[in-house]
Amino acid sequence: MNKRSFTAPYIIWIIGGTLIPLAMMFYYGLTDESGTWTLQNILAIFEPGNLRALWKSLLYSAACTVVCLLLSYPIALILRNVKRAKGVIVFIFLLPMWVNFLLRTMAWQVLLEKGGVINGILSWIGLPKARLINTPGAIIMGMVYDFLPFMLLPINNVLSKVPNSLTEAAYDLGASKAQVITKVLLPLSVPGIVSGITMVFVPALTTFVISNMLGGGKILLIGNIIEQEFTVGDNWNLGAGLSIVMMIFILVSMAFIAKFDKKGEGLA
Amino acid sequence: MKKHSVLKKVYMAVIILFLYAPILTLMVLSFNEGRTMGKWTGFSLHWYEDMFADEDIMDALKNTVIIALVSAVVSTVIGTLFCLALPRLNSKMRSVFLALNNIPLLNADIVTGLSLMLMFVAFGITLSMGTVILAHITFCIPYVVLSVRPKVRQLGMTHYEAALDLGATPWVAFFKVVLPELRSGIFSGFLMAFTMSVDDFIVTHFTRGAGINTLSTMIYGQVRIGIRPTVYALSTIVFVVVFILLIASNVISGKSATVKARRKAES
Repeated sequence: MNKRSFTAPYIIWIIGGTLIPLAMMFYYGLTDESGTWTLQNILAIFEPGNLRALWKSLLYSAACTVVCLLLSYPIALILRNVKRAKGVIVFIFLLPMWVNFLLRTMAWQVLLEKGGVINGILSWIGLPKARLINTPGAIIMGMVYDFLPFMLLPINNVLSKVPNSLTEAAYDLGASKAQVITKVLLPLSVPGIVSGITMVFVPALTTFVISNMLGGGKILLIGNIIEQEFTVGDNWNLGAGLSIVMMIFILVSMAFIAKFDKKGEGLA
Repeated sequence: MKKHSVLKKVYMAVIILFLYAPILTLMVLSFNEGRTMGKWTGFSLHWYEDMFADEDIMDALKNTVIIALVSAVVSTVIGTLFCLALPRLNSKMRSVFLALNNIPLLNADIVTGLSLMLMFVAFGITLSMGTVILAHITFCIPYVVLSVRPKVRQLGMTHYEAALDLGATPWVAFFKVVLPELRSGIFSGFLMAFTMSVDDFIVTHFTRGAGINTLSTMIYGQVRIGIRPTVYALSTIVFVVVFILLIASNVISGKSATVKARRKAES
């Protein structure tokens, strides 16, 4: 055992499943339909429609990331001090994550739709119907719902590892509750926060499913534009070029995580 | 002080309500007599009967399980072999391979799916269930490596060498000494791969052949034409199965479910 040849299937898979496909993506993105090298598919991001979609994606995913952070940090702080049945409580927060992602998004569609559950309840108690679905708010809420655990987990991991002796020492030295949070816990949890931010931001930035299901196909994000170029529009070169632009944003956020989370603590 | 702890409890309760209300709504609606989502018209089990009689749903369920099983088994074998060989590589090679291992983990699903599709098409491979399985193996291997590698490092080479010194053949040493020690890591890698495969929509969406549906792609297809309540019944069953499996794996292996959830969040 432990023969070096054991790596062969893995290497084949990395080459065939990751490297060649990525090379194909770059080839399609940097050529036109006749196979000539060109930058027009990359520069197409500056067309008004595409630029608007990218801007919306950045805006919605940033909003989603901020909301996720604001919601999960207090939970992680509370969980830190839970003494009884902590495992069960953490389990309750993570369970929804295991239900199929499409079913979870579909559930919000059922709640928000014009003839949906929330409007049903509103009209039952005599209030006028509200327009909930196909709004930016619906999309951001769907993102928050789907990705919240990805923020909660790394922050909870890091915070639960901070020894109580540290906070006790801070209290002994006269720190207030707020000071313990801002001066002790917050700086120590930066790696968890940073990896939470990337884990929420990347899928939110690139989604086309949530915007399609909760935006009714009327609000186009960059993911929708790319998906349509491949399925309906049939301009694969353009779709690949826009994917490359999107990858640049992913790389930037990975560089960001590498800078703050050197030891990979948020993931451990 | 007292007021504070009430506030905390209320906050936790509100978040839990936010997390569970949509799922509970689907469960309640699956027992609703009528078709409309906004109104309760009476208790009935007929959506469950319809679900089991619905060929599209049963077909998608079968495909989902086949794809997940095959890709989990293959990726577990490949990933485990790789982890076993890792200590034999020099440190430079090792860090290159481990960096490559991160690409499918950190890349956006849409890029993974589209780039695989481009390759299949460029090489003249017809999209089918086979291409979906190949694609799933690709994104499952990194999760297996993440689960098995710590166990291999923990074990080291000493047990294996001791077995050889005591006269075991390499095969016997491997199957009797090394493999039992790695069992929990391999098992959680397999479960992880299986769940990631079942949960996937985006990669499947781009690499599937015409007419092949998994549960995810079937639901996505229904969204455009209107969701049928049979899907509510389906999601209730999915939730109950997931719940039972997680409880069971928690009971069997302590906190493995939280460990797995953590792994999932790493993606």
